[in-house]
Order: sequence, then C-alpha cells, then structure tokens
Amino acid sequence: MDFTQLLQNMTNGVAKGSCYALVAVGYTMVYGVLQLINFAHSDVYMLGAYFAYWPAKWMGYLPDEKGGRAQDVPLALVGLFVVGSMAACAAVGALIERAAYRPLRHSGRLAPLITAIGVSLLLEYGGQMVFGTEPRLFPTFVEAQSYDVAGVKFANTSIIIVVTAAVLMGALTLFVNHTRQGRALRAVSHSFNNARLMGINVNATITMTFMLGSSLAAVGGILVAMDQPTITPLMGLRMGLKAFVAAVLGGIGSIPGAALGGLLLGVSESVVAYWSTTYSEAVAFLILIGVLLVRPAGILGSSAREKV
Amino acid sequence: MAEPLLIVEKVDVYYGAVQALRGVSLQVHEGEVVTLIGCNGAGKTTTLNTICGLLRPRLGRVLYQGNDISRRPAHELVRQGLVMAPEGRGIFPNLTVAENMDLGAFTRSDKAGIAADLERGYALFPRLRERINQKAGTLSGGEQQMLAIARALMARPRLLLLDEPSLGLAPLLVKTIFETIDRINGEGVSILLVEQNANAALKHSRRAYVLQSGEICQEGSSEALRDDPAVRAAYLGGQ
Repeated sequence: MDFTQLLQNMTNGVAKGSCYALVAVGYTMVYGVLQLINFAHSDVYMLGAYFAYWPAKWMGYLPDEKGGRAQDVPLALVGLFVVGSMAACAAVGALIERAAYRPLRHSGRLAPLITAIGVSLLLEYGGQMVFGTEPRLFPTFVEAQSYDVAGVKFANTSIIIVVTAAVLMGALTLFVNHTRQGRALRAVSHSFNNARLMGINVNATITMTFMLGSSLAAVGGILVAMDQPTITPLMGLRMGLKAFVAAVLGGIGSIPGAALGGLLLGVSESVVAYWSTTYSEAVAFLILIGVLLVRPAGILGSSAREKV
Repeated sequence: MAEPLLIVEKVDVYYGAVQALRGVSLQVHEGEVVTLIGCNGAGKTTTLNTICGLLRPRLGRVLYQGNDISRRPAHELVRQGLVMAPEGRGIFPNLTVAENMDLGAFTRSDKAGIAADLERGYALFPRLRERINQKAGTLSGGEQQMLAIARALMARPRLLLLDEPSLGLAPLLVKTIFETIDRINGEGVSILLVEQNANAALKHSRRAYVLQSGEICQEGSSEALRDDPAVRAAYLGGQ
C-alpha cells in the first residue's frame, strides 16, 4: 500500500470536503429555521461561480482560447469579484425566499418543498438559457503552485480552499453564537412566536439566514470553479447532492455538523478513490448510510440538540 | 379617570373555523394589576396572544396607549412597552440563561440601562444568577418560569402580560412569584395576569374578569369576585 498516495488523497479530500461544508451550512441553517430543504441552494452556488466569471470576462481576465494560464489578476480585484458575487448571491437568496417560500409559509411542509425543486429547475435551465450550455473555462485567479512535504503535494488552490472555508465557517460560528443578530437567529430557529415576543422581526431574520447561506455558497462556487476550472449551469446538481448529504450526515440544523459532515464526506470519497475512482462515490455513500443507520439524527444531530 | 392603558373592544378571534373569543372586552388602567381567570380552554391565552399581536382579531379592536394595535405585529409592540411573558415553556431551551436575558433586551440599545436591568433581574431571582451559563432547558420548571418573567422585564415593559406564572410550581415558589408581581407593579408596571390559581391571583390584583367559553361572563373588583358564591364554586374550589 502506498501510504504517500493515500495521504495525498486524504489531503485532497479535506479540500473537497471544505467546499461541501461551505454549501452544506446553507442547507442546514435554512432547515434549522424553516424545516425546509432549500433545493435551490446549490444553484445559488452555481450562480456564485458565474457572478465572478462574468466581471472577470468583461475585464479581460479570462484564460486564452487554448486554456492557457490566466493573466495575473490583482489580488484586490479577486477580492472584489468574490465580495461582489457574495452580495449578488445574497440578494438572489433573499429574493428566492421572498418570492417562492414566504407566500407558502403557512401551507404545510410539502408545498414549499416542491416549490424549492421548481426554483432549482428554474435556475438550472434558466441558467442554460442565459449562460449557454457549454462549459466555460474559469479564470484561475492565482498561479498554480504546489508544495512538496514528504512526497505529499499541497496545491496552493487546495490550501486557499481550506483556509478560506475555515475562516468563513469560524466567522459564521462567531456570528451565530456571539452577536445580537446571531442570537435572534437561534431564537427564531426555536420558535417564531417566542422570538416575536422578544421584539425580533422573524421575517427579517429569515431573510438574513438566506443571505448568509447564499453568500457562503457563492464562495464555495468560486473556490470549486478555480479548482476545476470549468463551470456549467448544471454544476449545482452534484454539489447539491453532496452538500445536502453532508448536512444530514453531520446532523441537519447544526452548523458544526455541516462542517464535520462535509469534511467526512470529502475525505471518505477521496480515500475510497485510492482503491477505485469508479466506486469512490458509491462506497462513500454506503458509509453514510451506515452512519445514518446507527445515528439517524446525524453525528451532531441528537446529542447536541441545538439547532443553528 | 384617565384613559385606560389598554382597551380590548368586542374582540372575536378564530382558529380557522373555530371561534375562540366572542366579543371579549376588557381594560387595564395605568398602574393596575388585572386578573383574567377561567378554566382550561376558556380562551385566556388566546386573549393574551391577541393583545400582544401574535393573533389577529376578526372583529373588534385592541387599543394600547390610545392607538389601535390590532393589526400591528408583535415585534413592534415590544418596542412600545407591550411585553408578554409566555408560560414557562416559552423560554429558549437551547440558549443559556444569560442569552435568554439578552434576548429580552433585544429591542434596546442603551448599554448602561440594560446592565442595570440585568442586575435588577438577577437580584429579583438570585437563583437565575447561579445558573447564568446553564442552558435554559436544563432549569427546573420554577426556574424557567422565573426566567420567563425576568426576561420580559428586560424589555422595560409598560404593560406586562403574564401567562400562568405560577403553573406547576411548588406552593413556596408560587408565593415568591406573586410577591415578585407585587414588586414589579410597585415599580409602576401595569400587569394583566392570567391564572389558574384564582385565589392567589385575586388576592394580588385590583380588578378581575372571568372568561368562560370565550366570553367574559363576569367582571368586578377582585375582592368582590372572591366573595361571589358562583366564582367561589367554579374557580376557588368552593371553599
């Protein structure tokens, strides 16, 4: 057995899992507040990639036709693309909630679920109409480099992915646990009416939840796009499935659970890929089913009953 | 007498097709403690929920400080000092005692005032201070009830709605809760009190209303109601 290769796969898995985690928190936060699986969430992730792609293209920062390396983009500009995409996705997330879910707030749980699938399809096929069906080469933004530590290669994009995801998840955790709005979010996830009695505007808090999740998904979209580096309007399909599973695995409603679930899924996929790339996802999902058979509420689901 | 702080005027409330309140009218004057007694399911909590904005009346209106508030959302009314302490289960079990208290002051931004009120709340219920970093869900029933009241006070209420503050508590604790109600009222807060413990509630209030099947069937001074044979038979165990 080639332990170096196995280790290599695991480090790749951590990067992959970090991206799952960034998208999974969006599922888990919305579920924590509304008990709704927001199927459109992974398409907001897709939009996140496109919202960074278009300005880069307009400003001439795309790789050349032959797929050569990107022109060097100033770091400040990359930051601007990322923040711009986060803001745009936050707006889309808020719009989806306002237009598609809020009118159905009192219609039981099935109607909003079906609407969510509808919004997802709308974004996927609407995206194909507007963006075109062909995959587009995403600007790499940073020059690819890798560092060799005892035979294991650390690509700089992987490092960027892991660090960015860790910083954002950490910031989110601080926000939820130690700010006034974060407390409001946790109050709303427990009970709308009791939150109202505290003077909390429940609708505004729900909007904020969608905006937070959507902006993190945007960053996930950009990170994955930089790594791939192609994007398509259907790129949310796979990610949606993985991130949703990660959220359930970690315990839906729990933010640390989403992070843990994402990392576990990413690593187990990559480790299985050491033996067989063909079956990597199948085996990874088998592991998940095994975990859920033992702990149906997810890893951090029932022991830490705290939602959001 | 000045215009009442709260006027509930011929209010009808429905849950779907089921009518829960029929033409309910009541008033609370500035500085008063008013009790609403009645059996389980008579509509007491529904009345409070309608006043605080969680439910909307189909007919009739609710006036607070002279303004019609029957269409105002609950979270706006909190800012105007109309605050409800829900029955003990209404605390946030997944948050700590301190976080629950902070949420009580959600509408306020005067840091010094909040700190002072926090101190006052913990002085009122020293037990809460001992449990300050504990998840509220791990508190005993009595402590949760104290937290619900202390948290409501954090919003600086002008009119406090108290839903069953003594529900399920040991007699000694019931006494403490009612003494606290007296103290809060002594500080100038008007109180509308819903209670199953009619005896204690009537002792600690000036006026009272009796609610039966969604209608006010009797009203008067608490003293008079305590002596009323019908009320005694129905709500005071016939003693």
